[in-house]
Formats: sequence, C-alpha cells, structure tokens
Amino acid sequence: MHHLTPLSGFFGGALIGLASALLMLLTGRIAGISGIFGGLLPLRATDRGWRLTFIVGLIAAPLLAALGGASLPTPAMPTSYVVIAIAGLLVGVGTRMASGCTSGHGVCGTARLSTRSITATITFMIVAIAVVAVTRHLGGS
Amino acid sequence: MPQLLATFACGLLFGAGLLISGMTQPDKVLGFLDIFGAWDATLAFVMAGAVIVTSIGFALARRRGAPRLANKLQWPTRHDIDAPLLAGAALFGIGWGLVGLCPGPAIVNLASFSLPVIIFVIAMAVGMLGADLWQQHASMRATTSAISTADG
Repeated sequence: MHHLTPLSGFFGGALIGLASALLMLLTGRIAGISGIFGGLLPLRATDRGWRLTFIVGLIAAPLLAALGGASLPTPAMPTSYVVIAIAGLLVGVGTRMASGCTSGHGVCGTARLSTRSITATITFMIVAIAVVAVTRHLGGS
Repeated sequence: MPQLLATFACGLLFGAGLLISGMTQPDKVLGFLDIFGAWDATLAFVMAGAVIVTSIGFALARRRGAPRLANKLQWPTRHDIDAPLLAGAALFGIGWGLVGLCPGPAIVNLASFSLPVIIFVIAMAVGMLGADLWQQHASMRATTSAISTADG
C-alpha cells in the first residue's frame, strides 16, 4: 500500500515540467509522449531522430540511476497478460484518437490553458476513476 | 546533432521526474484514481509541479519567439472539441485505469525488462498503428467519395 508523498511528487513533477519546458525552448516541440512514440511507428515515419533520442533518454533514466546505486523499477502489474494487452491496446488507440495522453494533454495542454486538452484530461481522469471504482470496489476481487 | 543531444537530455530529465515522483509505479497511480478507497493524492502534486514549471517555460518560449536549436515553435493548432477527442480520451482512460500505466511511465519501465511491461508497450504500439491505419482508410474513403461526387 502506498502513502502520500507530496514533496517527491511535486519535485518529480517540476522535473517533468522542466523537461517539457526545455523541449519547447530548445526544439520547439510539445513533450507529448504518445505523440513522440507514435511518430516512430511505420505509418508516420517523419523526423525519427529526435523522437528516438527522447525515448532512449526516457529508458536511460532508470538505467543510469541503477548505475548510481538505485534499484531498477519493479512495476506492480496485473497478473493477467490478457488484461495487460487489452489495456495497452486501449491506451494506444485512445491516445492516437485523442492525439495526446497525460503528458501532451494533461501537462503541456493544461499549461497552455487549452480547453481541448483540459477537456481530454478531465475525460480520461473521470473514466479511469470509474474503471478503478468498478474493478476495486464492485468487481468483487 | 545538438538537437538530438538536447532531446536525449529532455527525455532523461522527463524520465527522472517520473521516477522521483513515483509515477512509474502503477499502484501509486491507481492509488490516486481510487478515490473511494485509500486515496493517495500524490499525482495531484506531480501535476501541479509539472504544470507550473511548464507554464513558466512556455511563457519564456513565447517571449523568445523561436527555439534555440530549431526554426520555429510548433504549438498545437487545434481548438475544437470533437467526438474522436472525447472517445479517444475515454478509451485511454479505460486502459489507464485497468493497469495504471500511461505511455511515459510504460516506456520508462521498459528498463525493468519485465515481460508484462513489454507486452503493454507492444500492445500500445499495435493500438496506435491500428488507429493510424483506420484513419488512413477513412481519409482515403472520404477522398474517393469526394471524387465520385465531383464526377457525378
């Protein structure tokens, strides 16, 4: 069971913000992870270089931390591979249709005060809360 | 080359932020979404920190007018709230609520080499490709019908 960690949360969030701010200030791009990752896939093969180095940077973060003595993340995942695959598919299709996820809409869009992004953010938050309410409190498990 | 180094550094910083904030742990994200259980408000602090710093950076970028290592600032141009936005956000919300992973933390967690994460990311890529194919198909059909109406 996890507990509220507001300081590390705020500080980590500020680093996410710094990364998003620097990506715009240096390269003029929005730090939307689903968009950056999706642009690497076959049908959208344009300007792959910067997308790839950004994604490599994401994966390198825990690896470098591990070199410095931190332990690699061990994410707690559902036991059913079917549930995981369905969730992954939904995240892929959904972020493509909505052209953004928690980073592009949630952080960057909210920071731009975009009503489109704020609407998307409120929508996926409410739906995710409802899904957790059903799986944890109504599903019987 | 400087641009590629810069985007690598931004990815690294973004990943570090996700790790430090605890958002790479699905159970911490689900703890935030579980408002009817033992609620963990951490994600709200993460969003606050991220949005505040991003806003300041974006304001600076607007004032400068151009990025340092590229030609122009590429702000999103769309403002409309359409059905794909709402339906897509809802589908994403279902997937996010089922596992507690969104694209950023999922990719950072690839470093754990754990099979469930790899399955999630592959499924996510397949979902994105599927959506792209469907959109391509839909726009081709729209073009074809536009041509046939022009002909008729």
